[in-house]
Amino acid sequence: MLAFIAKRMLATIPVLGVVALFVFLMLRLSPGDPASIIAGDYASPSDIERIREQLGLNASIPVQFGKWIWTLAHGDLGISIFTNLPVTKLIAQRVEPTLMLSLTTLVFAVLIAVPLGVIAAWKAGTWIDRTIMILAVAGFSIPVFVLGYILIFQFSLELRWLPVQGYTSPFVDFWKFTRHITLPTVTLSVIYIALITRITRASVIEVLEEDYIRTARAKGQSERIVLLRHALKNAAVPIVTVIGLGVALLIGGVVITESVFNIPGLGRLVVDAILKRDYPIIQGLILVFSMVYVMVNLVVDIIYTIVDPRIRY
Amino acid sequence: MTLVNQATQPVLDIRGLTVRLPARADRENAIEGVSFSVLPHEILCVVGESGSGKSVTAHSVMGLLPPKQLTATAGQVLLQGDDLLKKTPDEMRALRGARMSMIFQEPMTALNPLMSIGDQIEEILKIHTDMNARERMARVVEVMDAVKMPEPERLIHSYPHQLSGGQRQRVMIAGALALEPVLLIADEPTTALDVTTQSQILKLIKDIQRTHGTAVLFITHDFGVVAEIADRVVVMQHGLVVEQGEAKSVLTNPQHPYTQMLISSVPSMTPPMRPATAEAPVVLETQELCKTYSDRSLFRATRETRAAHNVDLTVRRGETLGVVGESGSGKSTLARCIVRLINPTSGQIQIDGHDIAGLSESRLRENRRLVQIIFQDPYRSLNPRRTVGASIIEGPMNFGVDKAEALTRARDLMKLVDLDPGSLDRFPHQFSGGQRQRICIARALAMKPEVLIADEAVSALDVSVQAQVLELLDDVRKRFNLAILFITHDLRVAAQVCDRIAVMYKGEIVEHGIAAEVFGAPGHEYTQALFDAAPGRDFEFGNFAAA
Repeated sequence: MLAFIAKRMLATIPVLGVVALFVFLMLRLSPGDPASIIAGDYASPSDIERIREQLGLNASIPVQFGKWIWTLAHGDLGISIFTNLPVTKLIAQRVEPTLMLSLTTLVFAVLIAVPLGVIAAWKAGTWIDRTIMILAVAGFSIPVFVLGYILIFQFSLELRWLPVQGYTSPFVDFWKFTRHITLPTVTLSVIYIALITRITRASVIEVLEEDYIRTARAKGQSERIVLLRHALKNAAVPIVTVIGLGVALLIGGVVITESVFNIPGLGRLVVDAILKRDYPIIQGLILVFSMVYVMVNLVVDIIYTIVDPRIRY
Repeated sequence: MTLVNQATQPVLDIRGLTVRLPARADRENAIEGVSFSVLPHEILCVVGESGSGKSVTAHSVMGLLPPKQLTATAGQVLLQGDDLLKKTPDEMRALRGARMSMIFQEPMTALNPLMSIGDQIEEILKIHTDMNARERMARVVEVMDAVKMPEPERLIHSYPHQLSGGQRQRVMIAGALALEPVLLIADEPTTALDVTTQSQILKLIKDIQRTHGTAVLFITHDFGVVAEIADRVVVMQHGLVVEQGEAKSVLTNPQHPYTQMLISSVPSMTPPMRPATAEAPVVLETQELCKTYSDRSLFRATRETRAAHNVDLTVRRGETLGVVGESGSGKSTLARCIVRLINPTSGQIQIDGHDIAGLSESRLRENRRLVQIIFQDPYRSLNPRRTVGASIIEGPMNFGVDKAEALTRARDLMKLVDLDPGSLDRFPHQFSGGQRQRICIARALAMKPEVLIADEAVSALDVSVQAQVLELLDDVRKRFNLAILFITHDLRVAAQVCDRIAVMYKGEIVEHGIAAEVFGAPGHEYTQALFDAAPGRDFEFGNFAAA
């Protein structure tokens, strides 16, 4: 098991290498030039050329890449072109809101979706099942920004229950944090609730057909425990897989949600960096995101072994 | 049979039980007017082929019929005089596992893969008793001991996948007996097990029934098992009880034509006289054929499994060589190597004198036609999305036969295997299991092979259908002068269709000879153990076909 974790940790290095190469090339090959943005609308071509020279953008692409990888190898993500601050510092400043939003979304989605999916599976074919599935389709279909604005309109502007936007750290004021994080969490959760509910339902329905479910009933076990202890645990592997995939998808959703609710997180940082072609920030963030993704996959694999004694690495 | 005479009130008394099938099924009722009783201290066998309603009967006793799909519409099911059909779901739950319990066919899937063995047995005690944790644990160890599980204290922490098939079924039985039920229902409990394991489990059920006085309702399709274990027999066909009586009298003097047909279909353990084939040319020969699976890992030593080791065999034209052995003996690995579905590790496979063991995929292709294989499960070996015609002509067309000619041949072959040539445009699900196996035979023959490999080709079929398919195989062997390699775990079948027998054990052929000689005087101790384990071996099933 430890050998497995060590092996997987080592495997992240080539993954990150490939990601780094792709990010770097895509940014250099796509149109847009940070130098002309810094220089402003009235700059002369020679001004722009001077800035390019300062930023090291005139070196050949392999040289630029080599320099960047060299600094990366020292644990340094580089210096932001516009703010002149280290990228690691910028990320550290912004990481908390994103982390908090991801966490609350994940917890909220799982708490709602798994019971809904189990109920739908248990009542498969009835109106309860059908209602849950219709809601799931609706949840899939509604774009995050539309839902976000609807919720803001209803709960913040009309009912005045919750703040419209902004963020407070839970370590500063937990009550304010809860009020601020509620609407973004609900907004971002909806699609995951839909996804996890569907998978839970399908997985539990499949497991309910298994022989050991019949055995549990033959023992005189109650339906509730048959469902929760025998069926749900056996259905867990696909559910855990989807939750893991959900974390990866979350990154995209976070960007939009943070914009809608004006939360100063990594999503906002990356959007701003893209608009300004701030290469070091974009590169650094994408590397961090892919690192997170690899780690989530590792965690999912470890959870498999906890759920299922047949899986051993 | 004195016990039966002493008995007073039956433990289980089923009276006129009718269970309705959902609308649009092929018949109105799954079972109709079923009446029989199980007396204390007896083993009652319910025998029948698939679809006879024997499992539906057992599941209605347990109250385990799928709700809304199958419902009991008439009759009574009396457990010690109590009508189970009148019970509420909660009352049934209290009875299940406590006063009546059930074990199933496939112990691997019947046990929860994520729960330890001990927890699964303990669960029954948790549901039905107020025992504390220590008392429960003591009882679990006690029942594990009663079903002769080695080292129960250690094994309670294992998971189902870490046990052998026989041990898993012992665990199921231990759980079923934990609360000393008055009735044990066993639904084909040994069908998925090897013969030697089967005989141990049958003995265990018999012992337990004797020492605990449990009444046993034993469901099976296998008359060998009936001869081995039953006090009385109930024969079911199409949802009706067609015959019941003392085991001995039903087996030796069956009254109903269906029972007579079933018993006549049971292959005899004594091989018939067969003409010698010694002069015919050798078509298939393997020399020192080996298949070793190795499991390499970065952090530990490589593990090697010898699935087949130094296998030497020959099959002559027009001859059937039987390879018998238990699961894991390597017989299917051998078959797959010869067809080159998997690559042998070393050794030779000579087809018509050409070694194909080491041929590259492109060189091998032209030889693929010569060896064809029929698999065990006809439900899974035909592509469900293609018509049977398409499945049959695919092979010949791959070898350059044009479509019209391939279709003509397919029609001829359908006639040969006794199916309607007009049904080539139908899909596999429109055929029964036996018909599908005929289609698989036609598909193999369409390639005009020299060697036909039947890998457990009749094991998934009911006895009566099995007899017909065996007859067909023998017929095509004679007609096309084919060499057949017949792989089976069923000694009765092997005795009937094979000229020579090879016994495989742990990847090696331990005994090899003419069928009559191997069956008459088995030499190797494993062969002897295997034959001793065959259920009903002492019982010669009569042929009532003419009656």
